[in-house]
Amino acid sequence: MRAEDGVRAAYAEIERWLRATPREQLDRKRREAELLFRRIGITFAVYGEGGDPERLIPFDIIPRIIARSEWDRLSVGLRQRVQALNAFLADVYGPQEILKAGRIPSALVLENEGFHKALVGVRPPGGVYTHISGIDMVRTGPDDFYVLEDNCRTPSGVSYMLENREAMLRLFPKLFARHRIAPVSRYPEELLETLKAVAPARAGEHPTVAILTPGPYNSAYYEHCFLADEMGVEVVEGADLCVQDRVVYMRTTAGPKRVDVLYRRIDDEFLDPDAFRPDSLVGVPGLMEAYRAGNVALANAPGGGIADDKAVYPYVPEMVRFYLGEEPILQNVPTFLCEREEDRKYVLSNLDKLVVKLAKGSGGYGMLIGPHATKGQREEFHARILAKPGDYIAQPTLALSTCPTVVEQGIAPRHVDLRPFVLSGKEIRIVPGGLTRVALKDGSLVVNSSQGGGTKDTWVLEDEGPGEAAAQGQSQSQGQSQGQIQGQSQSQGQGQGQSQGKGQAQTASLGC
Amino acid sequence: MLSRTAENLFWLARYTERAGNVARGVAVAFRMAAISARLGDEGAEWRALLTASGGDAGFYRKYEAPTAEAAIHWLLLDPDNPSSILACFEAARRNARSVRTALTVDMWEALNDSWNHLRNLAPDATEGENLVDFLGWVRERVTLFNGAANETMLRYEPWRFVHLGTMLERADNTARLLDVKHALFAPEIEGAVDYVQWQAVLRSVSAMRSYQWVYRERLSGRRIAELMILRPELPRSLAACHAAVADTLEAIGVGQGGRFGECHRVSGLLKAQLRYGRIEDIFAQGLHEFLTDMITHTAELGAEIEAFYIRH
Repeated sequence: MRAEDGVRAAYAEIERWLRATPREQLDRKRREAELLFRRIGITFAVYGEGGDPERLIPFDIIPRIIARSEWDRLSVGLRQRVQALNAFLADVYGPQEILKAGRIPSALVLENEGFHKALVGVRPPGGVYTHISGIDMVRTGPDDFYVLEDNCRTPSGVSYMLENREAMLRLFPKLFARHRIAPVSRYPEELLETLKAVAPARAGEHPTVAILTPGPYNSAYYEHCFLADEMGVEVVEGADLCVQDRVVYMRTTAGPKRVDVLYRRIDDEFLDPDAFRPDSLVGVPGLMEAYRAGNVALANAPGGGIADDKAVYPYVPEMVRFYLGEEPILQNVPTFLCEREEDRKYVLSNLDKLVVKLAKGSGGYGMLIGPHATKGQREEFHARILAKPGDYIAQPTLALSTCPTVVEQGIAPRHVDLRPFVLSGKEIRIVPGGLTRVALKDGSLVVNSSQGGGTKDTWVLEDEGPGEAAAQGQSQSQGQSQGQIQGQSQSQGQGQGQSQGKGQAQTASLGC
Repeated sequence: MLSRTAENLFWLARYTERAGNVARGVAVAFRMAAISARLGDEGAEWRALLTASGGDAGFYRKYEAPTAEAAIHWLLLDPDNPSSILACFEAARRNARSVRTALTVDMWEALNDSWNHLRNLAPDATEGENLVDFLGWVRERVTLFNGAANETMLRYEPWRFVHLGTMLERADNTARLLDVKHALFAPEIEGAVDYVQWQAVLRSVSAMRSYQWVYRERLSGRRIAELMILRPELPRSLAACHAAVADTLEAIGVGQGGRFGECHRVSGLLKAQLRYGRIEDIFAQGLHEFLTDMITHTAELGAEIEAFYIRH
């Protein structure tokens, strides 16, 4: 095994730097980083829980490194997977051939609450559904990347990919001089290109793009503003938009201005009170009619939730085979659907070895980590699964890779996952990098920021290096440990409904 | 630009300017109260300032008497007072946060650092001798913000709405400060007034030296009123503020290819009235009546600006 050589080449320089840097200096850099984030205002808003509503996600100053050759393999796999997911969405909202062919059970799709029947036959501009996908991955060996879940609705976290890099550049300029790190700063430009490419034809060469946000009380509001700023587009709230004759306008100081593409960071059910939840205060009445009429592109397209449903997830490899006629490059974690009788039997008799998750859950809540659970907890899940089998899925534990991380006691390995962002417009674009989340607690596999997870800068190194697994057994740099799969979606659809009431006396609602 | 962005920029500038104006007012009242305490009416200064700040009804709902302690707490830190310095900075930052993309980093940091500082204020930061330092800090922060806006913003619409907010708020403040003290400036009491009171009024708009530069004569109520109302050289005079408001509105209209409305008419009228007015005529009309009119028209102008650009 290459692991015997010790630290893998890609980490060698980092290893030397860590050894040469006194602990006090690392601590100072950490404090600097925190100050930097606080000053720029990169906060994660958590309202209604008491304490400071504007929190920082802990940032670890040791980068996570991926060699270019690894990245290249990974990105081919990502491209393939996202193509298949898009084809699946176009199919289930169109001819439904995969269902007719019996490759996916019809009921699983047609009766899923992520499937919007009303959108069958509505073809989005350009035929693209999932313009921005966040694919959550873990690795378990040199060539073994597993997809934990696909995020096809409103994946967030890309601002951390960009700001973490900025912070590292400011804190450790010398370290950058010694490495050839693939830049990520093109992401906003690529995103804008992607969004422009799906504008309705009538928009011409200079379509008007805007980001639709639920407002400042949304946890990812910083990111919405950041991306708008980087792309040079407006960030709008529902009240800034109005629909007239099935055309979307934004209210500007010079009167109404037509909008062609909305990168919406609002969940489907809050998009349009006329079409979905009538109590939505953040949506735009009439938006769906404008969308159906082909007058506005929505990214991601409504209805995409059926593709990232946890019960549909086991069929993604089948989608790759069905639509692309290829074998999947990225692996799926074996998943047991408790709804299926034989799966349920297996799950119930192996609860001590499995991770049980809510099929609809997110944020790392409501799950059972079998090997770490008490007998009582397992019994509780046993009963819950029997009561509502359709609500639960289960997966085996995996040997997750770790990455050296600064902790109280020094530097120690901590579990990481990776969320690369895949852009689909006229073509598929992937910026080399992503959001690395790290479980800061010893032995923990939960990387969610709501559960004490942190982030790291992710470096794709242009220099060739051996696989990450080469670092096995090195406690100071890279190690592996037995664990279960974690890391559910950090941020799909957090608290949309709460952005009413700016608490500002001068704010009044506008007529269209 | 989005109407909401314009609204946020306009109000973040107004609230920031208001915080600075409250600090100026408190500093002067604190000084005057120390003097008049000898004469036995310490409360008069605080009563006058509470009236000038426009929130006295709320104050008397909460406090019985305008003691120095109550008035200072109300004007600086009371969350129930929407125009307290703390509330102004919070409102300014809330507006700024909604339009991060329209602000420059320097402007955001000026506001955000102030807010972070206020959040962690020492309990005795406004007590005793610390008060003067605190008020100085507030004025510095406001000056820093104005400087950041002035030096870093592109001269497009976002800048114009910020400038509009600053100037409109400043005009309102100068009119109010003069109005609560209007009795000091009546020509018939010339000579009988405590010199110190006039000095304090001038100080509140940073105009002690300016007066000497412009007039090179001993203080007189008539001239102080003229300086603060009609002299375009004084950056906080009504004439200077309303000229800036009118010019800024004009620039926005021209920038939009000649789109003008009622706010342009109201503003142009105010600018002309102040540009060509004479102090004798103002005194003939009655200083208090004139200033009350100004405060009303300034509020109307604010409403017209919002009606035309924001709530259409």
